[in-house]
Amino acid sequence: METISNYLASDHRQCDDYFAMAEEFAAKQDWPATTASFEQFHSAMAHHFGMEEQVLFPAFERETGNTMGPTRMMRMEHEQMRDLFTHMAAAVAAQDADEYAGLSETLLIMLQQHNLKEEQVLYPMSDQALGARVPELLKQMKEAPGSAG
Amino acid sequence: MNAPISSLSLQQAPPISVPFRFFLSAPLFLLLAALILLISGPQALVSRWTPALLALTHLVTLGFLTMTMIGALMQMFPVLADSPMPQPRRVAWMVHVPLVAGTAMLASGLFFSQTVLLDAAIFLLAFALGVFLIAAAYSLAASRVRHATIHAMRFAGIALMLTVGLGIALAGTLSGDFHFPVQELVRLHVAWGLPGWVGLLVMGVAYQVVPMFQLTPAYPARLTRWLGGSVFLLLCAGSLTSLTSPLLASWGDSLAAGGIAIGFAVFAGATLYLQAKRRRRIVDVTQQFWRIGMLSLLSAVALWGGAQLLTGIAADSRYPIVLGVLFMFGFAVSVVSGMLYKIVPFLIWFHLQGGLPKGSAVPNMKQIISGHAARRQMQAHLATLLLLLGSIAWPALVYPAALTLGFASCLLWLNLFAATRLYLKFARL
Repeated sequence: METISNYLASDHRQCDDYFAMAEEFAAKQDWPATTASFEQFHSAMAHHFGMEEQVLFPAFERETGNTMGPTRMMRMEHEQMRDLFTHMAAAVAAQDADEYAGLSETLLIMLQQHNLKEEQVLYPMSDQALGARVPELLKQMKEAPGSAG
Repeated sequence: MNAPISSLSLQQAPPISVPFRFFLSAPLFLLLAALILLISGPQALVSRWTPALLALTHLVTLGFLTMTMIGALMQMFPVLADSPMPQPRRVAWMVHVPLVAGTAMLASGLFFSQTVLLDAAIFLLAFALGVFLIAAAYSLAASRVRHATIHAMRFAGIALMLTVGLGIALAGTLSGDFHFPVQELVRLHVAWGLPGWVGLLVMGVAYQVVPMFQLTPAYPARLTRWLGGSVFLLLCAGSLTSLTSPLLASWGDSLAAGGIAIGFAVFAGATLYLQAKRRRRIVDVTQQFWRIGMLSLLSAVALWGGAQLLTGIAADSRYPIVLGVLFMFGFAVSVVSGMLYKIVPFLIWFHLQGGLPKGSAVPNMKQIISGHAARRQMQAHLATLLLLLGSIAWPALVYPAALTLGFASCLLWLNLFAATRLYLKFARL
């Protein structure tokens, strides 16, 4: 059965793939390819954040009555990553490989420790708390537009 | 798994000074090790019992490895165990100061054969590591997270406790306070300290960080579920055999040691396999450190296996020294150094961007420690490893090995120091 955990975790893996591709093209200073794959990565991340912020988190907060806990933290980390995306886009535009490499390394750790917390704590909690509503929420998430990245 | 996750909050991360005092102290102990190697020359490596080698071993294991690992653990608990350590600042003081002083005294006590220094060192180290273990136990007991990394950390903690206890018994025996069989104590002290504390901790941390830093597939759950626990149980079994009849003890011990060796070979093989399948293909210093580490670990296992089959190897006085160089320096020091190049720049970036007003220009990780500086240090480290191994055949190579070790530890310290200065500069803005 599809759960929030396995659906969103596999979306993390998909985003990771785009991340790695963009990083590799930037290291080779292949700017047209970097631009295209960074765009792909960026919009995949925006869509992922959108699914969480517009569907999962509100449902979780309603169900648990907790808006100050884990979801607040995850939203804050999304903001920190959006900040990095902005700088990365600027590095791609400026064709600055060193700058991109440094930002990309920073984002990687930020993103991975964020994903770890979601996959090990928040998603399993959501599956448990939301129970029967999970299939409907998954459907909504798949239809969610990408939020402003 | 159903933890309250209050501590996902970044505010619960300890102040940056907590881990950094450990990180900045650690390379200095490698520098001291280089000095002792340089002063003693080839004489240091005549047997595993020379005062110089005993001092060197503890400078590396306590001064560098344990020092760094404790700093990193105090930082990682809130995220991995979802349970912060109580009073991090106070614990850091109570652990760091006596650990630094105790390690320095232990190394000088062993080097100059001064039992007074040994007694003082044991007291300080037991205090430092005892405080750390109590704080860690408190944090783990409060944690409701259950995964392989946490289990491995629990086992590693117990192993550290036993290593310290055995170390106290050894020092007491050497000072004439107790009368225990020294050989047997040393065997157990080494088993719980190296494959136990160091090996199990690296294993548990690897489950999280190898997939994370290189975007490799996850370690298979069937492996992470049993590996750490099996190694731990085999260590227990190997320790208890000495209580049985001598024949049974020798067979039981070989079987347990064989199982432990296979466990580490599986771990190293799995790590290299996962790294080969990594999706992040760019050259990365941490990954290179880990590859050196895993190849050294595999070599250590192969050498151990060879010594079981060929008595000529086991009887050679150089055998335990090569094994120690491969495990402690080739495996553990490499992996821990590689980790520092991720943890230190990330923590600096993380604390700066959290503390500075939004929109401020925060340096990125590669501006905090450049890839070039890290790579140069890695090369000096690799050269040291090769020269140390070479010195087994050509003892005169000890001298260049001591010099490159000193150079590598200075570079590591300078990299960490420059990063810290950058942090202080920005934090003051």
